[in-house]
Amino acid sequence: MPFWSWYGLNSGKASMRWPKGEEDGQERLLGMPRFEPAKCKDGCQRCAEACLPAAIRVLDAAGRVDASIPRVEVDYGRCVVCQMCVEVCPTGAFSASQDWAFGVRHREDLLWRDAVNSPDAQELRGEIRRVFGRSLHIRHVDSGSCNGCESELQALNNPYYNLHRLGIFFTASPRFADLLLVTGPVTYALRGPLLEAYGAMAEPRFVMAVGTCAVSGGVVAGSYSCGQGLDGVIPVDVYLPGCPPNPTAIIHALLMLLQRMPQRVKRGQLAAGVDHA
Amino acid sequence: MSTAEPKTRSPAFPGRISLTDVEPGELRAACQNALATGARMQMAYAWFPDRSSQPEVRYLLHWRGRHPLQLWRTRPQADSLPSLAPLAPLLSWYEREITELCGVTFQDQPQPDPLVLLPGARATRPPLIPGPPVSLEYTPAAHSGLPEMTGPASGDVQWLPFGPIRADVLESAQFDFFYLGEAILHYHPQLFFKHRGMEKRFEGVRPELGVVLAERVSAVGGVAHALAYCQALEAAARCTVPPRAAYLRVLLAELERLYNHLHYLGHLCHTTTLKVGEAQGKYLEELAKQMNARATGSRLLRSLLTPGGLRREPSLAGLTQALEQIEREYLPYAAMLEASTTHLDRLITTGHLSPQLAFDQGATGPIERASGLDRDLRRDYPYAAYGELPFELVSSEGCDAHARAQVRMAEITRSIELIRCIERELPAGAIRAPCEPQARTEGLGWAESPRGSLYYAVHLNDIGTLARVKIKSPSFSNWRVFPFTVHDSNMMDYAINEASFGLTIAGCAR
Repeated sequence: MPFWSWYGLNSGKASMRWPKGEEDGQERLLGMPRFEPAKCKDGCQRCAEACLPAAIRVLDAAGRVDASIPRVEVDYGRCVVCQMCVEVCPTGAFSASQDWAFGVRHREDLLWRDAVNSPDAQELRGEIRRVFGRSLHIRHVDSGSCNGCESELQALNNPYYNLHRLGIFFTASPRFADLLLVTGPVTYALRGPLLEAYGAMAEPRFVMAVGTCAVSGGVVAGSYSCGQGLDGVIPVDVYLPGCPPNPTAIIHALLMLLQRMPQRVKRGQLAAGVDHA
Repeated sequence: MSTAEPKTRSPAFPGRISLTDVEPGELRAACQNALATGARMQMAYAWFPDRSSQPEVRYLLHWRGRHPLQLWRTRPQADSLPSLAPLAPLLSWYEREITELCGVTFQDQPQPDPLVLLPGARATRPPLIPGPPVSLEYTPAAHSGLPEMTGPASGDVQWLPFGPIRADVLESAQFDFFYLGEAILHYHPQLFFKHRGMEKRFEGVRPELGVVLAERVSAVGGVAHALAYCQALEAAARCTVPPRAAYLRVLLAELERLYNHLHYLGHLCHTTTLKVGEAQGKYLEELAKQMNARATGSRLLRSLLTPGGLRREPSLAGLTQALEQIEREYLPYAAMLEASTTHLDRLITTGHLSPQLAFDQGATGPIERASGLDRDLRRDYPYAAYGELPFELVSSEGCDAHARAQVRMAEITRSIELIRCIERELPAGAIRAPCEPQARTEGLGWAESPRGSLYYAVHLNDIGTLARVKIKSPSFSNWRVFPFTVHDSNMMDYAINEASFGLTIAGCAR
């Protein structure tokens, strides 16, 4: 209908320019709480007791869970951004931040000391513009999410984020996909379909765990019908925790992956190195 | 037993709910009497008081008119009860779920197959019975409930199993279509691939932490879930929320309705291939989500609600302007949708849902209101500050996809008006009251989510942590209804019809 064309043209451009420019659309959004161990004084453990997904644990020197020794460990791969620790901490060791969750290549980088200033993240800041122009096709699989991640993934194709401007597309068939983007904790019923989708992809293929559920199982880890996310199911290239990760954080992780692509292909060891399904 | 005169009244439900003991032998007669007066069975669930293996089954009734909600309590004999599904068909799914998860069987259940666990899945015991951890074994098996096609033309009938991984970014579910050319003869949705055991997950959790789980049952209904959960605990603790918190809860609930309904319109345009309409709807949703983030720190309005009130003050500076921008763009957009004949042609008469079917099968929210049923928990059983705010129920007699879209469009306007009203009349004062439910208490909470009625029944154990949380989500109700509008329709209209219902899978599968 002609009036829609006129209306569309007349509305002008709505898209963000990020990662060019500063505006990322996430003004005042609360991210993962920051942890400053120096401020953790009396080892009251209220943070660990208030942490439903057990992202905060109290460990002894050997790394075992021990409530009598105040050494707090934070695993951002389990954090669901509920801000409970910030509210209960009496000394301000946990504070609210606007740090988005963002992708890392190694699961262990999500421990607190490495997350925000991980080498990957530092490298990314300098390199992000270089990766423009590389196309990526994504097959999304929901392995049992709460639909929060889907809500934010669907937002990627709205006019504001306009994912197509970066040459990144969602595709229907895993055969055409470069990346398997998985949300959810992997329920018993979706484990099979997930493995089939992964098996149908051509090499080189990549996997991104999006959302805390896919990274670690999130709030339902270990339930009678759920697993612990993607670990042990299929090999993961980028972990992006968040509950849910915001659309800019997802774009950030996708660009990070694109930067990695040529490395994977050059090594020439993909067949041996990737297929541990 | 007289249904009008409850034998016992629980102190946990002052005035708004009555609790009545019903003997298993009297259930059918009681149900028949209630239905004859126009009452509707709302849900059923089982739980295990005092961690025993003796289940207790509860039924929730909504009487016609403004009577209190009524809970029936019954103790199954030898883990078995007479099925009420032949009288109230919408109870069928609840009974099947109780059988699988709590081990209570129902005599003469018209459709006794498992519902929640997939064919080929076997749990070591029904997962909600108290005891050691349950494990699940799964060997995928064919679904036994699919029809067999016979007769001379049966070779022409095609079977399309679609999913569980579907095209586009969608929630996982499998839909089996039996079709002949364009005509759908039979449709069967398998909706429980995503069953996460959420109700079990609440067990043993401290009440104030349970809200983190409630917000993650169905993220796009997170405010309604958290609100119903908190209100259930507040009923158990007999705690009154401060007025400011009650108003702010309405604000959050309406902000949630706003972004959900805007998404709905964008998605509906996607299915009718109205590209600019899709882009504009989803753009408006994005503006709403960014407004949410600035006001609450969360695009999905999470981490504010808590039993007793709110955890922190939202920041309302800039809300007025953001809302104005959304309204300024929304009004011409809505007018254009209603003037787009290609769009309307695909919606009008599509997915007809008669008032009788909507009532019998349990349709809720905008779906039932679009089929002429005049029900809304915000008006019928006001919670938070809804009783003090002007409220106008939106309904339509259209019974089709267009009516369902129109109801949501009118609700967007009402939500914006309500938010403005709250901004003007927001009382000052505290936003949190102490809420410490005692051990062995219980409460029922409800909310009208963007998709319809949502109930949380919460029971606390002897040490004051959660013993049982039952979630009645609107999508569980509406998915039960939806297939009735698909049989005998055609493939081209399927996606439009599904979008017009605006369902979630996570809320249904839990």
